[in-house]
Amino acid sequence: METANHLMMMPIVLPLATGAVLLLLDERRHVVKAVISIVTALALMVIAIALLHSVDNATASSATTDVYLLGNWPAPFGIVLVLDRLSALMLVLTSVLALASLAFSLARWHKAGPHFHTLFQLLLMGLNGAFLTGDLFNLFVFFEVLLAASYGLALHGSGPLRIKAGLHYIAVNLAASSLFLIGVSLIYGVTGTLNMADLAQRIPAVPAQDRMLLEAGAAVLAIAFLVKAGMWPLSFWLPAAYSAAAAPVAAIFVIMTKVGIYILLRLSLLLFGVDAGATAGFGDSWLLFGGMATIAFGAIGVVASQAVGRLAGFSILVSSGTLLAAIGMADARVTAGALFYMVSSTLTIGAFFLLIELVERVQDPAAHVLSVTMEAYGDDMEEQVPEQEEVGVAIPGTLAVLGICFAACGLLLAGLPPLSGFVGKFALLTAMVRPDPVAGGGVIAGSTWILVALLILSGLCALIAMMRAGIQIFWAPIEGTVPRVLLLEIAPVAFLLTLCLLMTVQGGQVMRYMEATAQSLHSPADYLRDVLSTQPIPGPNAPRDK
Amino acid sequence: MELILAIGMGVLTGSGVWLLLRPRTFQVIIGLSLIGYGVNLFIFSMGRLRVNTPPVLQSGAVVNPADYADPIPQALVLTAIVIGFATTALFLVVLLVSRGLTGSDHVDGREPN
Repeated sequence: METANHLMMMPIVLPLATGAVLLLLDERRHVVKAVISIVTALALMVIAIALLHSVDNATASSATTDVYLLGNWPAPFGIVLVLDRLSALMLVLTSVLALASLAFSLARWHKAGPHFHTLFQLLLMGLNGAFLTGDLFNLFVFFEVLLAASYGLALHGSGPLRIKAGLHYIAVNLAASSLFLIGVSLIYGVTGTLNMADLAQRIPAVPAQDRMLLEAGAAVLAIAFLVKAGMWPLSFWLPAAYSAAAAPVAAIFVIMTKVGIYILLRLSLLLFGVDAGATAGFGDSWLLFGGMATIAFGAIGVVASQAVGRLAGFSILVSSGTLLAAIGMADARVTAGALFYMVSSTLTIGAFFLLIELVERVQDPAAHVLSVTMEAYGDDMEEQVPEQEEVGVAIPGTLAVLGICFAACGLLLAGLPPLSGFVGKFALLTAMVRPDPVAGGGVIAGSTWILVALLILSGLCALIAMMRAGIQIFWAPIEGTVPRVLLLEIAPVAFLLTLCLLMTVQGGQVMRYMEATAQSLHSPADYLRDVLSTQPIPGPNAPRDK
Repeated sequence: MELILAIGMGVLTGSGVWLLLRPRTFQVIIGLSLIGYGVNLFIFSMGRLRVNTPPVLQSGAVVNPADYADPIPQALVLTAIVIGFATTALFLVVLLVSRGLTGSDHVDGREPN
């Protein structure tokens, strides 16, 4: 357990150290920087998978939740890192997506501006820290780390379009950070603690006259996360910012909406779960109906977008809305399906953002201009990518490979068999329309039927939009403009899509893990016990008679 | 004291929100700074307002916790100030770049017709 415990800190320390080292290297040493960065990303993936294994295999013993006491103070007093199934899952997802985007960026994007690799590593540090921390204020700090890095990355490559989208993105997120602080301090003012486990313990005992303040604090805090997750009507910034960002940056940004989802999932079940007394289930119906509105908005946006980049941006909203609504259902089996769907849709949209960049080279310039004017947005500031000489191995049969990848993305986004998008959606829908016989259910609420209809319709919208985009790109007459696509660029896309395929083949295994995760999330007693009972390691001079 | 602090926070945040909704980038950044000040005061006030109570315990002596202020919000507010300062500086850079590239200080990068 000792080594596993220290391993837990590595997802935060390793990218921090790498980011610092990369800062010292001169910008001209591209190769060295790239090698260090990619090796770190690989190491992070190995560590994340090792952590996932250690959490998954710790069966009967008490340690389904690993706790790391930073500063060696026991839980409510010091800041803790907590690793459970959900955190481990998010770590793996982050590292996989990071590896793919980083590899993709090596073809040309990492040279498009200064300090790409440093910012990327710091973004990873912020993401991993947000997934691991067990303290609300520490979460704020990691949130700011990842946001600060993301501001830099959103502007990577420069250009008026990116600056404009980046300006909006930064302003929205700074305002959201203020809300985050207000929420955290209100919660602290009412309960007197910031440790998540300790909070969960104290919330049932909050006196009735303070309950309103606590709920106000939680709601303000939730709004900050909902801005990140992109719930309608807090999501208008998202498609513009994501479609303007450079392809590898947009791909890693996909996980950033999932940070908001992760926190909402964790806090709503931990703080306002079954044991929370009078505040149990607080905000669930807001999440459910907000999620449904987000799915509707996203689906309409998907059909309405002419540019493929915006299509992907709205797909993120559909995915977020589905997850928010699933969290709002507060049912363990729905949560399990939602987790599967989350992993699948994150990988898909990440791959899709990378693919868009390649696919847009296929479109001849005239068609591109047409689609930009049709878009009505930014028609007077079309981006000019400077032509750069590319080195590397070009792949044969470019159009065929791109077409297959595009079709796979379409299937995944629409949730059609045989890929994992279908499995995730199917798990979600099954859990929704077959209420838990143990809980004495049997009647399905009207809102659930609407949600089911929305989920299926959003899949249809994605299918229509993808087919239209595919026809415009691949079947439109092209006069001798088959683009050069490097092996290094198509490999990350293929890697992510292969993972989706693997998730289908190994569906039973993955689903078992997701169900175990959902079970432990819905019964947070183990989490509380593990976090609050972890003892500090005695120092060499400490009395040993305790 | 409570009234003064509450009015102060209200005025800061209210002006901040109004400025945030204005179309010029400079107004937006000042608005964000003002909101930041309001929020920092709010965090500070969550440790309860009391006078003559230091937040740091004296070593050696037996202490009565009731004589001391809650140190946590003060530590939090320090962190929030530092982070707020850094992000505002970053925003300022983006604002200047936007001004330089588009020749306009409108948040959309072009003047409304």
